[in-house]
Amino acid sequence: MSPTSRFRMLRNGGAQQLSAVPVVSAAEFRETVLRAAHSGLRLSALYARPAKGKTGLCAVLADDAEGVLYVLFSEATDEFRSLTADLPQAHLFEREIAESSAIRVDGHPWPKPVRRSLPDSAAFFREEGAEVHEVAVGPVHAGIIEPGHFRFQCHGETVHHLEIQLGYQHRGVEALLAAGPDKRGVFLAESISGDTAVGHASAYCAALEALAGVRAPLRGEALRAAALELERLANHIGDLGAIANDVAFLPAAAFFGRLRGEFLNLLMSLSGNRYGRGLVRPGGTAFDLPKPMAVDFSARLARGRTDLLAIGKLLFDSASAVGRFDETGTVGLRAAADLGLVGLAARASGLDLDVRRDHPHGLYRFRHIPVVKGETGDVYARAMLRYLECLRSLDFLEGLLPDLPGGPALAPCPAPRPGLIAVSLVEGWRGEICHVAETGRDGRLALYKVVDPSFHNWQGLAMALRGGEISDFPLCNKSFNLSYAGHDL
Amino acid sequence: MWNVIKTRFSQGCRTSDFPDGPSGLPERFRGRPVVSSKPCPQGCAACAEACPTRAIRTSERAAVELDLGKCLFCTECVTACPDGHISYSTDHRLAASARADLVMSGPEARLARALDAQARRLFGRSLKLREVCAGSCNGCEAELAALGNVVFDLSRFGVQFVASPRHADGLVVTGPVTGNMRAALKATYDAMPTPKLVIAVGACAISGGPFAGSPQAHDGAESTVPVDLYIPGCPPHPLTVLDGLLRLLGRLPG
Ligand code: SF4
Ligand code: SF4
Repeated sequence: MSPTSRFRMLRNGGAQQLSAVPVVSAAEFRETVLRAAHSGLRLSALYARPAKGKTGLCAVLADDAEGVLYVLFSEATDEFRSLTADLPQAHLFEREIAESSAIRVDGHPWPKPVRRSLPDSAAFFREEGAEVHEVAVGPVHAGIIEPGHFRFQCHGETVHHLEIQLGYQHRGVEALLAAGPDKRGVFLAESISGDTAVGHASAYCAALEALAGVRAPLRGEALRAAALELERLANHIGDLGAIANDVAFLPAAAFFGRLRGEFLNLLMSLSGNRYGRGLVRPGGTAFDLPKPMAVDFSARLARGRTDLLAIGKLLFDSASAVGRFDETGTVGLRAAADLGLVGLAARASGLDLDVRRDHPHGLYRFRHIPVVKGETGDVYARAMLRYLECLRSLDFLEGLLPDLPGGPALAPCPAPRPGLIAVSLVEGWRGEICHVAETGRDGRLALYKVVDPSFHNWQGLAMALRGGEISDFPLCNKSFNLSYAGHDL
Repeated sequence: MWNVIKTRFSQGCRTSDFPDGPSGLPERFRGRPVVSSKPCPQGCAACAEACPTRAIRTSERAAVELDLGKCLFCTECVTACPDGHISYSTDHRLAASARADLVMSGPEARLARALDAQARRLFGRSLKLREVCAGSCNGCEAELAALGNVVFDLSRFGVQFVASPRHADGLVVTGPVTGNMRAALKATYDAMPTPKLVIAVGACAISGGPFAGSPQAHDGAESTVPVDLYIPGCPPHPLTVLDGLLRLLGRLPG
């Protein structure tokens, strides 16, 4: 029996009848998921779902080599034997299940709440010893950033362990989305993580379109892809500036900071908002990109490239900056794979995955973007990859804009069909965004699950600090730049 | 070093002309809505029905009332109105001193008023702010952080974000105030010396924004701290924030 034969298969942006998804006992569910994961599949989502008045489980696994997704349900159950010891990438999903459902997760090595209860109410991991000391930071930090709590266990300057406790930003997004579909839905999706408004709105709309059984017109898909790449450019460049700032290389920080704005301003010219809010709508995009605007965009992108090359050279030719990046905050290939890292952080450690290539949806089915990956898994790799990915996105946009598909950008998106499950993946600038939606018999949403890439990757940051120094933290943190809001929902 | 100087020359000076020059905002930018004071057709409530955040009220006798504090600037109402009574201008000036001043029922704008003379003497030329994110999506943070870049360059107006509430004259709040952040927000406010100001930035901090009514949040900063300046938007453009701050300090005309 192949490791996936018990699952129901679907593709990114596809839907299946709920009744067609196999339902197995909790014990078999555990074994089946484990076997599939050990055969090379990745856990994209694992969550509790209503099953016959009680609670069961659902797993969504991604086969990146074949470009397909697999779903499996468990029967209603009161308890579940934790997968985490055998499958570390399940650790946060299981904590989420334990805090949000009636299911008891047995044998989890670190069974703490994720976001529902007051985050600092549970004990932190603690190292004992004469010269061991503890450093606690947050939730309110010294800059203009989101709240989170960081607890370091140190010996001298060396960090032995970092525990990251989030949840302060929990505002109940999934429950509000599950009350839909309604007119608030797409705005909530844009507000899952405000720096990824295009990415999350695209995932939400693709899920709704899958449930309705329609596809956005190709021009709409092309504009979504253009906006997604502009979002990637703005954020990657902003992060390069933040990384330069944290090694006190201020000229590059200032130049990158300004250049980030140029890409936000492109999004604003297109959508009226610097973060692309208001652009992506179920059925396509609310704004079109007429020819003269495309010509103007191409010229602005060309200027952006010239600046990016100049500032990139300034940063990466600076021996003292690069010296600080090298071998700081290293996450090895094995750790990255075990933790289930996604996106840029995973590629920096050498994992070869990218939703745009592996599970192409929308325009990415027709226009490809080469995947770049690193090897060293350190700050240098994450910074360099940001720079290289920017160049790939510029190539993509420069090819796309003069050659946008014709037709309308927006078509009607009917109401969802009843009794379905839909999965949509989008490669946001941080990595894989996964939305799972289920509809009830009435065609209303019965469940809405959001997995931001940060949910997978925060543990990567904690690992990056091991054996490093506390003073490495800001730099490591910027090199990941993860979302608190996307994690906390 | 030579490389730095060379790049510095090629990058040039990029600071915006604000407040003296034009804002340079593009045609599609959605700034202050323009609400017509003409009465609507009998019984029409198309705009109110289309609005995702219940920002619009219509009534039998009066014109449309649009609450900028709840508005996400999504323009669903513009599309919905059969008579073209609502449109969006590229005017970035939105901030107000009182919650009620954010409710528009005609074309006129009631912009933020300057602080009284004594407060202006204290804060007018040097205002230190402490920011607390209380459940925002990070969109508002991103724009507040952008105020520090070379384009908006907040510090040229004597306004700075500081690391400790003990050093701050004003508290900038974003987000709807989640249950998990409420205590930290209150503690930060209490730690600031008096006199102190509170500035609510973004639809979330003013009304809960897209998260209004969520059991996990408290529909804005006013649930926990008193507010002196409201800066609408989702998120507000950096120029909108700058405009609000400078008006408060009495450094912009009328
Ligand atoms: S633009 Fe504002 S008032 Fe109009 S529908 Fe959107 S949120 Fe409501
Ligand atoms: S007002 Fe809008 S941008 Fe600001 S935090 Fe709320 S949802 Fe995000």
